[in-house]
Amino acid sequence: MFSYYLKLAWLSSKKTWGMSLLMVLAIGLGIGAAMTTVTVNYLMSANPIPEKSEQLYYVQLDSWEPTEPYFENGDPPEQLTYRDATALMQAKKATRQVIMSGMAAVIEPKNKDALPFMVGGRASSADFFPMFNVPFLFGSGWDAQADEKKELVVVINAELNERLFGGRDSTGETLRLAGKDFKISGVMARWNPKPKFYDITTGAFEDVEEVFVPFSLITEQFFDRSGNTNCWKPSESGFQAFLDSECIWTQVWVELPTAADRDAYQGFIDAYAAEQHKFGRFARQNNNKLSDVMTWLEQRQVVSDDASMMMAMALMFLAVCLLNTVGLLLAKFLGKASEIGVRQALGASRKDLFIQHLVESGVIGLAGGLLGLVFAWLGLSAIKAMYGDWIRDLAELDMNMILLAIALAIVSSILAGLYPTWRACQIQPSQQLKAQ
Amino acid sequence: MLELGPMLRALMRNKIGALLIALQIALTLTIMVNAIFMMIERSAQMARPSGLDETNTFYLTNTVFAPDYNLQAALAQDLQRIRETPGVVAATQINAIPLSGGGWSMSLQNKAGDDIDGTGVAVYMVDEQGVDALGVELIAGENFAPSDIIWRDEAATEWPDKIIITKAMAEAMFDGDWNKALGQTLYINNHEPMRIVGIIKTLQAPWNGWDKVENAMLVPQQLDGRNSRFFIRTEPGRRDALMPQLEKALAESDKGRIIRSVKTMEQTRADSYREDQATYRILFTVIVVLTLITGFGIVGLAMFSINRRTRQIGTRRALGASQWQIMRYFMLENLLISTAGVVLGVAGAIGLNIWLVSSFAMKPLTPGLLIVGCFALLAVGQLAVSYPALIAARISPATATRGRA
Repeated sequence: MFSYYLKLAWLSSKKTWGMSLLMVLAIGLGIGAAMTTVTVNYLMSANPIPEKSEQLYYVQLDSWEPTEPYFENGDPPEQLTYRDATALMQAKKATRQVIMSGMAAVIEPKNKDALPFMVGGRASSADFFPMFNVPFLFGSGWDAQADEKKELVVVINAELNERLFGGRDSTGETLRLAGKDFKISGVMARWNPKPKFYDITTGAFEDVEEVFVPFSLITEQFFDRSGNTNCWKPSESGFQAFLDSECIWTQVWVELPTAADRDAYQGFIDAYAAEQHKFGRFARQNNNKLSDVMTWLEQRQVVSDDASMMMAMALMFLAVCLLNTVGLLLAKFLGKASEIGVRQALGASRKDLFIQHLVESGVIGLAGGLLGLVFAWLGLSAIKAMYGDWIRDLAELDMNMILLAIALAIVSSILAGLYPTWRACQIQPSQQLKAQ
Repeated sequence: MLELGPMLRALMRNKIGALLIALQIALTLTIMVNAIFMMIERSAQMARPSGLDETNTFYLTNTVFAPDYNLQAALAQDLQRIRETPGVVAATQINAIPLSGGGWSMSLQNKAGDDIDGTGVAVYMVDEQGVDALGVELIAGENFAPSDIIWRDEAATEWPDKIIITKAMAEAMFDGDWNKALGQTLYINNHEPMRIVGIIKTLQAPWNGWDKVENAMLVPQQLDGRNSRFFIRTEPGRRDALMPQLEKALAESDKGRIIRSVKTMEQTRADSYREDQATYRILFTVIVVLTLITGFGIVGLAMFSINRRTRQIGTRRALGASQWQIMRYFMLENLLISTAGVVLGVAGAIGLNIWLVSSFAMKPLTPGLLIVGCFALLAVGQLAVSYPALIAARISPATATRGRA
């Protein structure tokens, strides 16, 4: 029976091919637009480290100026001063803790023909690698001792290892970085969490840095810091004065496995702020936040406004396309009134007719959905071409999205077909036959 | 207008069909008006002048990695080499690039003191060729003299005592009257005085989304650092040839550094507004496709309705209705439905706008745009229905006598 209905659906669609094409196109465009924007939003709001996102906390302390909070809504600053960050590190009150900042340096390849080049890097303490589950191809990160002794060790990413060492195990070899010889302690496997949750201060969807070096080397001034530096109080001249200043430029993450750990740590930073308050700092002493990964990403609103706005518009666009389809299906089914009358007179039950027309709308929906996938793919390609590199990983259809697209197409077209189908079934055979 | 009564009764018999078109038009108007409004906002933002001679300028970054390097001597030599190259009009070392996204900002105040509210300003450290190299227009006062330029250590926090500010910054500091600014003193770091020696017409900050994007100042300083930028202005038409030439000459003159990020100001502008540009194009596509879908939807529904009413139309024609009257009937019917849709759509558009304003820092819609949108959609409806109406008008009166068509 089902194949018969399919055949009827095909014949009916062919008879009014213009309308059918318009419906398929409308559903396709609606689904395509919706899927394009839903995909970008879904990937922008993805959890980059699902296995432990609830145990990793970003630390915010309110060291900002007394007269005005850092954020208009009163949230504490998004980074820490060097003195506060190092104080938290020395206290070691969390299971793991990491201090970090962006950096940049020039690499001089061993091969004399190759030109020196600039890389973006991260200065972090040893816990970075185990804390964020960084996968390694060769070797590993460094240990706390290397931090303490300011050892010249470096972790490089897979791309850089490919470029400089042809992809071989380069651990133990030296890398000429910032005019110094660094020992390679590990090569990261490909790892590119999106959003780049561990540092979103210079953009939430940047690529992972190419080199990682101990944060303690910052004080040696071999290389340049990168990222944002914000100051509210003028500092004295000189680097040490800068380190002691109220300028914020470092980030601290802590790993706290249980809720009790979390509460204890909150107590610790509040006590720290209260103590600093006594020294005349921290005007808002109780404004200290611990945010787990997803809370932090939501707080900083990594999903761009444009993406959310586009999604709202695309969903409304889909609604227009569906209204369009309902109208056309209704017109089409009612236009077949006499045919329906004849089928009823020949013994088709209401149920048969209902299923027949639902199949017909389902077929149109499926065709529209498949077309929608093509449009979504085109839409995402266009987005990649227009927005540039940073959006590359945010414009990929994954299996979830493909299934969602097909489900969306079928559900919406059946919904769209329901009312017209119901109306078609209400047709009285006697009237139709009389009209002949 | 005699037709309105029967028309309404006919519509009531096909309520749902009419309602569907009306809803579709309402949603289309809702999206269209807001999308066009966003497009207008974006293009206005993109059209703001940077104040620079964008077509003839470019910049490059010099990163020194060799240890034991005489920075001041090398930077002076580089600058001289650039300035002596034929085709170069002017060149300066600079700390930040307008519209590039990365830069330096400070706060200036009218009086010295710790508790005085300051006004944010973007800082550009340039030398005596800065004004010429950027191509900004000096509208009052004078440029820096070579003797004004001082070396600035990377960790230094002191500022020179002369500045050139933009007209917008002068207006922000002196109650909207920039003429008062020349010769006045402003304070940086709460206490350090700086005298305004010149005013430039426009110079944008590095951050295009900043609400004070035209607040900028030039200070006569040259950074003594391992990362430095040179901003270069060329004679018209010579920029593209000079870029690789200078990059090569500088890179080969000294192996202790790399020359990188050689980029034109035009490219910087394109990159800076890339997302706005993309959003603009997407919105444009959405509006076009949406209008087409709604238009074709109207055509489709009208065709069906006319097919179903072929005999009625034939009968009306047989009873003396002219072709024009038949056509008018369908045009008027559409106008009625569209008007209902547009009224609903105005409410929808305002509703969506209120949500956009509250969630995403959008501005409120202008009523003019809303009205234009209404008429545009009514016109789309009339245009879409005109072809089916024409077909209806051509139905022969004889159809009435022929049984089913």
